[in-house]
Amino acid sequence: MFETLSLQTIPPEDEALRPIIRALAAEVADGVAADVRARSWQGFDSAFSRRLGAEGFIGLTLPKRYGGSERGPFARFVVVEELLGVGAPVAAHWIADRQSAPLILNFGTEEQRQHYLPPICRGELCFCIGMSEPGSGSDLASVRTRADRTAGGWRLNGQKIWTTNAPHSDYMIALVRTSGGAEDRHDGLSQLIVDLKAPGVVVRPIVDLAGDAHFAEVFFDDVDLPAEALIGVEGEGWRQVNAELAFERSGPERIYSSIVLLDAWLTHLRRSGVATEATVRLAGRFTARLATLRAMSIACTGQLARGESPVIEASLVKDLGTSLEQDIPQAIADDLASRPDDAVDGELLRTLAYVTQVAPSFSLRGGTREILRGIIARGMGLR
Amino acid sequence: MADMDFAAPFARMVDAACPPATVRAIERGESHAALWDQFEKSGFLDALVPECAGGSGLSLAQVGPLIQTAGRHALPLPVGDTMIARWLFAMLGKAAPHDAILLASTRAALTRRPPTEVADLGLFENGGELYLAALAGLSDETPVEHVGPVPEGGLRLLAALVRAASIAGAAGALLDRTVRYANERVQFGRAIGKQQAVQQQLAVMAEQCVAARVASEIGFAGPLPLRPEAVAIAKAVTSAAAPVVAATAHAVHGAIGISEECDIQLLTRRLHQWRISEGSEAYWEGRLGTARLADVASSVDWLVAASSVPSR
Ligand SMILES: Cc1cc2nc3c(=O)[nH]c(=O)nc-3n(C[C@H](O)[C@H](O)[C@H](O)COP(=O)(O)OP(=O)(O)OC[C@H]3O[C@@H](n4cnc5c(N)ncnc54)[C@H](O)[C@@H]3O)c2cc1C
Repeated sequence: MFETLSLQTIPPEDEALRPIIRALAAEVADGVAADVRARSWQGFDSAFSRRLGAEGFIGLTLPKRYGGSERGPFARFVVVEELLGVGAPVAAHWIADRQSAPLILNFGTEEQRQHYLPPICRGELCFCIGMSEPGSGSDLASVRTRADRTAGGWRLNGQKIWTTNAPHSDYMIALVRTSGGAEDRHDGLSQLIVDLKAPGVVVRPIVDLAGDAHFAEVFFDDVDLPAEALIGVEGEGWRQVNAELAFERSGPERIYSSIVLLDAWLTHLRRSGVATEATVRLAGRFTARLATLRAMSIACTGQLARGESPVIEASLVKDLGTSLEQDIPQAIADDLASRPDDAVDGELLRTLAYVTQVAPSFSLRGGTREILRGIIARGMGLR
Repeated sequence: MADMDFAAPFARMVDAACPPATVRAIERGESHAALWDQFEKSGFLDALVPECAGGSGLSLAQVGPLIQTAGRHALPLPVGDTMIARWLFAMLGKAAPHDAILLASTRAALTRRPPTEVADLGLFENGGELYLAALAGLSDETPVEHVGPVPEGGLRLLAALVRAASIAGAAGALLDRTVRYANERVQFGRAIGKQQAVQQQLAVMAEQCVAARVASEIGFAGPLPLRPEAVAIAKAVTSAAAPVVAATAHAVHGAIGISEECDIQLLTRRLHQWRISEGSEAYWEGRLGTARLADVASSVDWLVAASSVPSR
């Protein structure tokens, strides 16, 4: 089962990007404290995103005629891995590059592609994902935000929540109901590109448990949108959103959320010369799991490169990956405190505290553990 | 995919030659000569032997799936071990014996092997040298035959890698069987596989099986000599997966899985055995951790370097 998840090699021409992107990442990561870098893809820096865009590192999978560099998913893997590995701030272009742009490319009209994709590739446009609502989390098909047809387009009413980066975003791609009611489930849903500056849109940031405000509530009160706001086919929103989720779930960010902490801990161990058996084994266990997950993530990338949509495989890698991401802070905490008389520097402790606190979100965002396992079970023919 | 060219006929052969009844018969002590003869004649045992020495000259990566297949079928004879042993003999310019050869990093591992680990000869390491011993009546005093110097990195790397692939294969077979059983067994008026609690367990089992297979592939990637980190990744991850996979297979099968008659016991028993053979996850995590801590590279740097397979 799941034979598609099998060892693959990143092509040398994509591997060749590594030193270039590494140097760029170092410019914004060097000298920055680990507890700041641990924010990983929550770290927001528009100037850095524009810089990456100018250097051709955004839209790596997009055709050149839309401003992309037409290199494909393996190139994107290399770039993303290098950025996440040092905790470079990538939030300003993250969602647009990962899923909004491929969605627009796959389902958008030529006009929509021309309009949105070049500025995305320049790192100028920030997108957010409008799926969750107060009453619709895991049960995404139950969304109640509604768009009704008007003479000129659509009128939008409803509310989204937990929308990452909404406060900084230019656009949201929202999953909304355009016909029928909740009983129609997967039918009658559509995706709309919502200009967040349109009258009637209110964005209210939500502060998270670590004190950051990366996500928000977004309210729509009679928001008038042009006909071209519809992306893809009316009523096909469910199918489109599932293709989008394969992009959302399959990337290396699902294995690297705790990597800055892991590296800070390894550095601490080397500096302090700690090499108790339990500690050494733990370092080995993390390394073995990470190497395996990385190979699995590259295999998913290979599927994307072949034009497949690795919905089930991505769920499997994400669930296993987030388990490691969550085990890292838990086990590191136990390891450090197993030697209560040792001095641990404040930066490592702050990084640990931050990652420990946000770790539960790793297996919520992008689909919860239970939902992903349900998808895997379906993939095995159990549902 | 070129690898499939060898894997499919091998799988067909094992399927036909070694049904569960044969596994049980050999484990009971009945002669394995007829079964071994089939492998001997098939040519697969010389898969790794260079073509100039009369073998097939397959790469390690091509042989990995064959050893997984042997694991899938709970093959009671050391086919993977013998493939490695014959390659070692060829490298030393020696003719390999025709018998079933078990690899062991120490002589003690041979004398204390479980009774179901059936073979004719054992190839083991002692003081940097390889020795061959007849397994029948083997004790710590039995005379042994000197073969030559151990391969780079030691015999344990090779033996552990065979165990890793065997675990990956057996785990995959257990997943297939367990999912099938969950879809067939009805309780409370519907298949138990329709119960979300069962589905979630099977999803975790699937994750462990895929991780085990991919980790095994990491071990088999690249040319010989083996890279110790790659073997450590393979054996650490497969060994850690083994008890989880075995436990879930049994949990989902219920009481029927506890019966001798149910074939899953052939596989779960081997999972536990292979997990502790040639170092458990703790041993390999220790080796890997030592190497990792000695290297100042960042995690991503280390992973990239570890995955870049040197070409032959
Ligand atoms: C940091 C962060 C960022 C996010 N960013 C975004 C974003 O940008 N855009 C967006 O749209 N959403 C975003 N989300 C929301 C995220 O998608 C939801 O949290 C997720 O889909 C789960 O929904 P919920 O939180 O309402 O939990 P619920 O669906 O209420 O689930 C609560 C618990 O019940 C379990 N459960 C629910 N249904 C079932 C079932 N059928 N079987 C078994 N168990 C079940 C869940 O697994 C979970 O354990 C974000 C969330 C976080 C934490």
